[in-house]
Amino acid sequence: MTEWQLVLDSFWPLFWGGLSGTIPLAVASFALGLVIALGVALMRISRNRVLSSIARCYISVIRGTPLLVQLFVIFYGMPSIGITIDPWPSAIIAFSLNVGGYAAEVIRAAILSVPKGQWEAGYTIGMSPGTTLTRLILPQAARVSVPPLSNTFISLVKDTSLASLILVTEMFRVAQQIAAFSREFLLIYIEAALIYWLFCLVLSSGQNLIEKRLDRYVAH
Amino acid sequence: MSPTDRDGSANDGAANGSDASGPDPLAPDHAPDDSVLLEARGIRKSFGDNQVLRSIDLEVRRGEVVVLIGPSGSGKTTVLRSLNGLETPDAGTVSIAGGPSLDFATPVSKAQRYALRDRSAMVFQQHNLFPHMTVIENVIEGPVRVQKVPKSRAVAEASALLERVGLAEKRDAYPFELSGGQQQRVGIVRALSLKPQLLLFDEPTSALDPELVGEVLQVIKELADEGWTMVVVTHELSFARQAADEVLFMDGGVVVERGAPEQIFTKPTEERTRRFLDRILRPLD
Repeated sequence: MTEWQLVLDSFWPLFWGGLSGTIPLAVASFALGLVIALGVALMRISRNRVLSSIARCYISVIRGTPLLVQLFVIFYGMPSIGITIDPWPSAIIAFSLNVGGYAAEVIRAAILSVPKGQWEAGYTIGMSPGTTLTRLILPQAARVSVPPLSNTFISLVKDTSLASLILVTEMFRVAQQIAAFSREFLLIYIEAALIYWLFCLVLSSGQNLIEKRLDRYVAH
Repeated sequence: MSPTDRDGSANDGAANGSDASGPDPLAPDHAPDDSVLLEARGIRKSFGDNQVLRSIDLEVRRGEVVVLIGPSGSGKTTVLRSLNGLETPDAGTVSIAGGPSLDFATPVSKAQRYALRDRSAMVFQQHNLFPHMTVIENVIEGPVRVQKVPKSRAVAEASALLERVGLAEKRDAYPFELSGGQQQRVGIVRALSLKPQLLLFDEPTSALDPELVGEVLQVIKELADEGWTMVVVTHELSFARQAADEVLFMDGGVVVERGAPEQIFTKPTEERTRRFLDRILRPLD
């Protein structure tokens, strides 16, 4: 029964690793990533060719290279040119740039899914393009983009485990330490997996709540 | 303000006209006079090789109702959309209410475009209500966000307008909960709430089920009777006949014929006008 004791004993350290490492890392990176994504999406839509090419190039690089490589370039690579960044900021920079690339395409598609007549209605009541965007277009785009963005967020929660490789103390790093010490690799890694799953279940139900809230103005 | 003032929806909110006190909320700010409110000259527009407007002139006096009729693709809607800068003509000038004359042959600045839009409001074929806002929020959005009217005043004015068109009890409904005719009436109220000088109607009843057309035309007719200045693009010839001061028949990007409704409908001088009217009035002959 010592294995079960180990599982019980390691639950709180793992769970705490999730609460204090995985979740804050994911939330901060996602929030920053959405800001980047909105900017990139607007550049991509823009009629200015230079801006839209920059955005297209950014999206292509982010989506065309492994997240792990992006993480290593920032943490292990940048010191070679004299820029040393701590593990946590490195992880947040890498993850938010990554989310920025993926979510930009989601936001772009969501903005384009709002009928042109909504822009025109905004203009005819005297709104500027900026006000029309924030008051009329983005609220409607939000509804469309919640399911795909939730996907991005849930992927991100799991991808934060990669940060263990640049010395960030999050759940998976805690799991590696316990496993190495106890030699119970299978049990501990399965336990960590189950806790990741638990987090994602909670997040999915949060997604449902947000979707319901945003769906109140459409016919069912 | 008495507690019942703000929302008379308790008693079923039917269109019960204006109450004796105060002016009718449907009446325009500006009394009709003989001044020219809208002047458009030489409006031209091509989409690629397709020349959709070939030098259109339009003059509307304050309080006048001008109706544009014509087959689809004749350019009526493009004319209307040029009047508030939703469409940018290749050439031509537009001036509303003595404002600066906008010359589309030169690049038009944002400020000029806003100045033009400030003076007019538009009712769309597909109503284009904001689906994420309730009826009252739709109506006060322009006054509150753009014109910086205090919210309480905007709500009071919007409520009076909604009550006047029989929609008092729908003020907190979302657009999807309304019938097509109700949606379009909200669209009209949204336009009125901006207190524009000029109302533009872009086929306001074309997307409606036939039995809902009447309730919308009724409201537009009332606005015409109240003295609003309006330009209406429509296929409803009976409306044109009853409400218009001048009817313009357009075809192929030109105004083929213009005149008083009686003249256009009973003795059109142009063959093209006659054929168009025949097709609509006697489709089976």
